[in-house]
Amino acid sequence: MSEYVLEMMDVSKSFPGVKALDHAQLKLRPGRVHALMGENGAGKSTLMKCMFGIYKMDQGQINIDGKPVTISDPMDALKKGIAMVHQELQPIPARTVGENIFLGRYPMKKVLGFIPVIDHKKMYEDTAGLLKKVRMNFDPKQKVGELSVSQMQSVEIAKAVSANCRVLILDEPTSSLTANEVEALFRIIEDLKAENVAVVYISHKMDEILRISDDVTIMRDGKYIGTWEAKDLTTEKIITQMVGRELTNLYPPRENVPGEVVFEVDDFTSINPRSFRNVSFQLRKGEILGVGGLVGAQRTELMEGLFGIRSHTKGQIFYKGKEMHINRPKDAIDQGVAMLTEDRRGSGIMGVLSIADNISISSLSKYLDYGFAINGKKVEQLVQDNVKKMNIKTPSSKTQIKSLSGGNQQKVLVGRWLANDPDILILDEPTRGIDVGAKYEIYCIIADLAREGKSIIMISSEMSELIGMSDRIMVMCDGRVTGFVDGQDATQENIMAYATQFE
Amino acid sequence: MQNSTSKDSVLKRLQKTVTGNPIVFLLIVAAIVVGCIKDNFFSWANLSNLISNTAVRFLIALGVSGCLITKGTDLSAGRQVGFAAVISGILCQRGDYNGRLWKWAPEMNIFLVFLIVIVFGLIWGLINGLIVTKLHVPPFIATLGTQTIIYGISLVISDAQPIGGFQKLYTTLINGRIGNTRGFHLPYLFFVALVFGFIFWFIYNKMRHGKYMYAIGGNEIAAEVSGVNTTRTLIRIYTTAGIMYAIAGYLLAAKSGGASASMGQGYELEAIAGCTIGGVSTTGGIGTVPGILVGVLVFELLKIILQFLGVNPYYNYVVQGLVIVLAVSLDIRKYIAKK
Repeated sequence: MSEYVLEMMDVSKSFPGVKALDHAQLKLRPGRVHALMGENGAGKSTLMKCMFGIYKMDQGQINIDGKPVTISDPMDALKKGIAMVHQELQPIPARTVGENIFLGRYPMKKVLGFIPVIDHKKMYEDTAGLLKKVRMNFDPKQKVGELSVSQMQSVEIAKAVSANCRVLILDEPTSSLTANEVEALFRIIEDLKAENVAVVYISHKMDEILRISDDVTIMRDGKYIGTWEAKDLTTEKIITQMVGRELTNLYPPRENVPGEVVFEVDDFTSINPRSFRNVSFQLRKGEILGVGGLVGAQRTELMEGLFGIRSHTKGQIFYKGKEMHINRPKDAIDQGVAMLTEDRRGSGIMGVLSIADNISISSLSKYLDYGFAINGKKVEQLVQDNVKKMNIKTPSSKTQIKSLSGGNQQKVLVGRWLANDPDILILDEPTRGIDVGAKYEIYCIIADLAREGKSIIMISSEMSELIGMSDRIMVMCDGRVTGFVDGQDATQENIMAYATQFE
Repeated sequence: MQNSTSKDSVLKRLQKTVTGNPIVFLLIVAAIVVGCIKDNFFSWANLSNLISNTAVRFLIALGVSGCLITKGTDLSAGRQVGFAAVISGILCQRGDYNGRLWKWAPEMNIFLVFLIVIVFGLIWGLINGLIVTKLHVPPFIATLGTQTIIYGISLVISDAQPIGGFQKLYTTLINGRIGNTRGFHLPYLFFVALVFGFIFWFIYNKMRHGKYMYAIGGNEIAAEVSGVNTTRTLIRIYTTAGIMYAIAGYLLAAKSGGASASMGQGYELEAIAGCTIGGVSTTGGIGTVPGILVGVLVFELLKIILQFLGVNPYYNYVVQGLVIVLAVSLDIRKYIAKK
């Protein structure tokens, strides 16, 4: 009998253009909480998805009780005793707690000896038992949609427990919980430990990790860095291991000189109490302001709030001393703000439309003849200028944008915004999912824009990019701005320290 | 068709067109076959007939195309046509006609009636647009609801009676035509369709409204983020559609020489089918005016083919339905294959 209930060894997994996992490993002992740590994009979730059968490994081995197994899909993983509570919960809100827990494997009985029907009585009795096990006392017949987030999570855990799992994966389980709810979750985890379940705990919150976990495995850039006993670790040690990477010269030299303050945000607060609140900052002319933080720090939400995609309850925005009123993106655009969104496919490109249509959509009013007819030549000129200036690789201006590579799509979108000649550019993860060469080109464009006197806000989850490109870095944690770091003094450690300042 | 460049040879482009629009190709082949075995198929009279049938339906299809391109739909098209036909019919009745519905009203100028009908169409379209954008009701359900309402109102207004006794100018003008060589003539309706086809082509290709429409169909969130006022654009699309149905209803009443509340029933489905056959994608963002014209034309051609083959008219519905399902499934396949 092996010491480990589950071992993943030498696991590699590539996606087009990215090596997500590079000889990663993870060994779980029964009855222990194993924290899996790493920066955003270190490969934690990918590794878990390989374990749970969502992704197929390119290479590697999984052993259960020392014997090699293959896990073909999530159903198979469940059968082998592995359960996962996802970061984003996916319940069916209009159905009851019991139905959610037993979805797809309802207890059955036979009516008149041959008509199979769902045994509701047994289902709800079992559900009540499971809920008791996770220390929840709500009605099994309650609709899941009426529960709070933490209660939904308990339902998910109850579901995992009902499968008699031996390995339970919790991916960022506390990201949307209050302090009391976190305590409740920890009690459940202690109970599971007592039942010899191995719990994989993914979180960025150092204090939680040090408190709840027994073992800690750290990953970086898809690679396995090491495994330690939690009692031998400190926050500083963990951060050093997580970010400990050499910065190479991946960034163009910057010649921008930040000038006077042009943009000011004061006490900006979301309509959603769990999102950004009391945010105040200033932005100078020709400055690149980096925005750092962990996943869930509400950076995107803040920027979308400033741009009018999301609503805010209080707070003011000033541009050159004048207050701006922004209720929808058009208001922001009309006042000289542009925003390159994070989700290129979801809110950036219009896939089936041509490059020309994609690049000109937000500045069409500039190319009109007689005030109503679009001048095709002027639009074509705009496209050609951008193709040349940004080195966009495309067969023609009529090509559908979805057939371009991610980097070229991103350049088209940058071109869309520059066509409006904005003064303030908000760039949300401008290089996500882009290959290295195109990344450098985007950095050059950003540096040029700052030199021309444009003010730039750049959200990035890549530490080195943040440090390499920013004049100043604003760090957020849990919806608040927790600190500012000067570009020159920025280190991964001092950014991480602000980024993990949970209340 | 979307990606063809000028470098392609004619043959290659033809091949692309055929594989891109298999239904259009098949129906044209069918027409040729029927033409060879049936004597009167390739006749000038038949061609004139095809043109005038296509013209009105083309207007309706143009109206619904904006809704389809933005991933919506408009099921109220047919009933709006019926409503416009009823209003046109009542208002264009002769002053001395015995069965006149609104005896208290003076005989009206038919051009004034045209404008009144357009205003009604605008109102219906506006209502649809507001329900879709402000109440956030999915277009399918929104227009399913309004089409029932509109039909009810048409029945009330017309007292569920057929309406006849139109002013002579109304029927002769709309049914007017040019030339009569060997049975061939060009109906005025052809020119009406041509003018509206051009207007829509211009809007779709040369105006901001058209670009915004394609952008919404391509990615509504991205369009909004890019500064497109998606609410206003969608309201305009549904309103324009209403105006087109109104015009079609006005023409249809005169063309048939009578009107009733049930007029235009099922036309929304024919229009949607025509658009789909003509390459308007149900996944949004794609569709051209020439394509819509071809789609409507081919659908009308299908009807004539069935008629010439002597197929029991009730079977027509079966065949038409099959063609619609086939057209959409082929369209969807293009996207599945690419994933």
